[in-house]
Amino acid sequence: MTALVIRGGQLIDPAAGVDALKDILLKDGRVAEIAGPGKLKSANGADVLDATGLTIAPGLVDIHVHLREPGQGYKETIATGTAAAAAGGFTSVAAMPNTRPVNDSPEITRWMQAPERGASVRVFPIAAATRGSKGEAINDYAALKSAGAVAVTDDGYPILKDNIMRETLAAAARVGLSVIQHAEDTRLTQGSSMNAGPMAFKLGLRGMPPEAESGMVERDIRLVTELRDARVHLHVAHTSTAAALAAVRQARRSGLRVTCEVAPHHFLLTEEHVGFYDTNAKMNPPLRSAADRDAMIEAILDGVVDAIATDHAPHAIHEKEVEFENAPNGITGLETALGLSLHWLHKEWKLPLGRVLSLLSAQPAALLGLKGRGTLTVGSFADVVIFDPKAEWIFRARETKSKSRNTPFDGWTMQGKIRWTISEGRIAYKAETA
Amino acid sequence: MALLFYESSTRTRTSFELAAKGLGADTTLVSSLSSSIEKGESLKDTGLTLRALGAEAIILRHNSSGAAWLLEAETRLPVLNAGDGMHEHPTQALLDLRTILAHLRPGVEVVAAETLAGVTVTIVGDILHSRVARSNMLLLPRLGARVLLCGPKELLPDLAANAGPGIAIERNFETALRQSQAVMMLRIQAERLAGMQLDLEQYKANYQLTGQRLATQAPEAIVLHPGPIIRGLEVTAGVADGPQSVILEQVKNGVAIRMAVVERALLPNAGQGGRA
Repeated sequence: MTALVIRGGQLIDPAAGVDALKDILLKDGRVAEIAGPGKLKSANGADVLDATGLTIAPGLVDIHVHLREPGQGYKETIATGTAAAAAGGFTSVAAMPNTRPVNDSPEITRWMQAPERGASVRVFPIAAATRGSKGEAINDYAALKSAGAVAVTDDGYPILKDNIMRETLAAAARVGLSVIQHAEDTRLTQGSSMNAGPMAFKLGLRGMPPEAESGMVERDIRLVTELRDARVHLHVAHTSTAAALAAVRQARRSGLRVTCEVAPHHFLLTEEHVGFYDTNAKMNPPLRSAADRDAMIEAILDGVVDAIATDHAPHAIHEKEVEFENAPNGITGLETALGLSLHWLHKEWKLPLGRVLSLLSAQPAALLGLKGRGTLTVGSFADVVIFDPKAEWIFRARETKSKSRNTPFDGWTMQGKIRWTISEGRIAYKAETA
Repeated sequence: MALLFYESSTRTRTSFELAAKGLGADTTLVSSLSSSIEKGESLKDTGLTLRALGAEAIILRHNSSGAAWLLEAETRLPVLNAGDGMHEHPTQALLDLRTILAHLRPGVEVVAAETLAGVTVTIVGDILHSRVARSNMLLLPRLGARVLLCGPKELLPDLAANAGPGIAIERNFETALRQSQAVMMLRIQAERLAGMQLDLEQYKANYQLTGQRLATQAPEAIVLHPGPIIRGLEVTAGVADGPQSVILEQVKNGVAIRMAVVERALLPNAGQGGRA
């Protein structure tokens, strides 16, 4: 593998506490050397990327994406989904198991990581917690872990039964895997397609009450408390309600290993964005009230939120061009997460750049134990994103690298234009124009 | 004109058909049970097919809220909403208004923001699942009427009062009746309860419009009902057939209202069509 030098940029590596002008040598898929400008010792013969005026950061890590393979290649493939990831600055994506069939086996877990899938960046499968994600029989977590699974979840089909969830948490802890829960008491959300509230009433749509989320988070935290095992790690996916965040905040104060992620749409949009039945504003958990949205922002700023994750959920155009109630849940998000986070969290709400990048790289990598990811120190993976932090641009859904275009952010202003994304030393994305 | 019906209907379908025919339009009825909709054809494709067959407007009754918006967006044809899920039933509200005006404001020919000032209309029952209630609570206050919503919490969430101006909740039926010049009874929509448990005997005890309730609390009020009526549940037979009932007048007014709406949709300069 040829070596690559990134020269003249500002390296921001929050995990290492670095924010300085640095030159970086990437070699054999790893970071080989970091030095002050012009000070690299062994850069002879390497290709050079001129990053003058640009920010160099660890490649972003998205711990919640749906790549749709196996089984639903018409929505997305691992190749197209990871191309979108690279275009969005992500070098590691953790793929949810709600594929067809469900990824509940070491075979599928390995299949997803095989070179034949044509991934542009590293894919970390998250395996199903239970057989077929039916919430009944626990899978063989040791086997899944050795096949490469980094966590378990029945995302989309939350584990309702106390005894099964307790067993899941305990069994995952024994092999050192995290349990990710899509917190939704589905007994309270039957037939619902948006947040319960004035907007749902006005539109004549059945609403999902916030308690359906917070009640499940509280139940899960109670189970973690009862297990009294420091190895147990509960991660709350796509937190969307103030009450659920409050429960996570409280659990953390009690010293429990409970973490959470928030998606950009939940810190930027509210139920009002459903407008006149816009199916690109339909996802699960749904867009919530302004108070919930504000609680997401507050928790990001004060550090309770551990990661920004996109819940990238591509769907074909014909699937979304239907009655709101009949449309599938989910929006794409890989190409807009950094631009939205920099624009809103950093520029508007003054979260330091390093904190924003940490929420998109170091913290999610640490949360799932992805060693050598989310940081750029000598020996870590050569996963790098290089962007112009000052550039503003408009996101156009039609220009997406994803197979699908179901995004509510078409036409939104983004901050920070990505110039290169490097995955394990290879250029995975290069901007067509500067 | 195509009548595209995804739900059963007696009054709305027949009166739209009579209205369109009365204006000289050709009509064709497509219902979900006897068409390719059964084979899985989408609303978009059904609409495009009807347009290709020459439909110049579509009258849509659909079980999903917002379906009329979708059909209009996909076909770019005038779409007349004949009821979409739990959302709206605008022509029903217009014919209800016509009926209320005929009794409470006889002789009025042009309506304005104050035409119904001082009038209280109480809507009773399954507000949550009712498109008729939603359309009426948005329309009547625009003419100055006050709308009181009455029903149990399960069928009438508190936030309904925030749906628009001029709307309030009064859970005590007698208290609401005493203030009303018009009372609109709604059917319990068993098909939309979605597993909700409701004690019907309790409901009848609190919210059934009986001859005695009407005589003691609102002897002058008119009684409306969008139909279908379930006699013995939300209203007694005596009230439905009684002198204060204007239920069949509502049906009759439906044809005239729908003629006006069809004309407005089809004539290029009959005014800017509003969406609802």
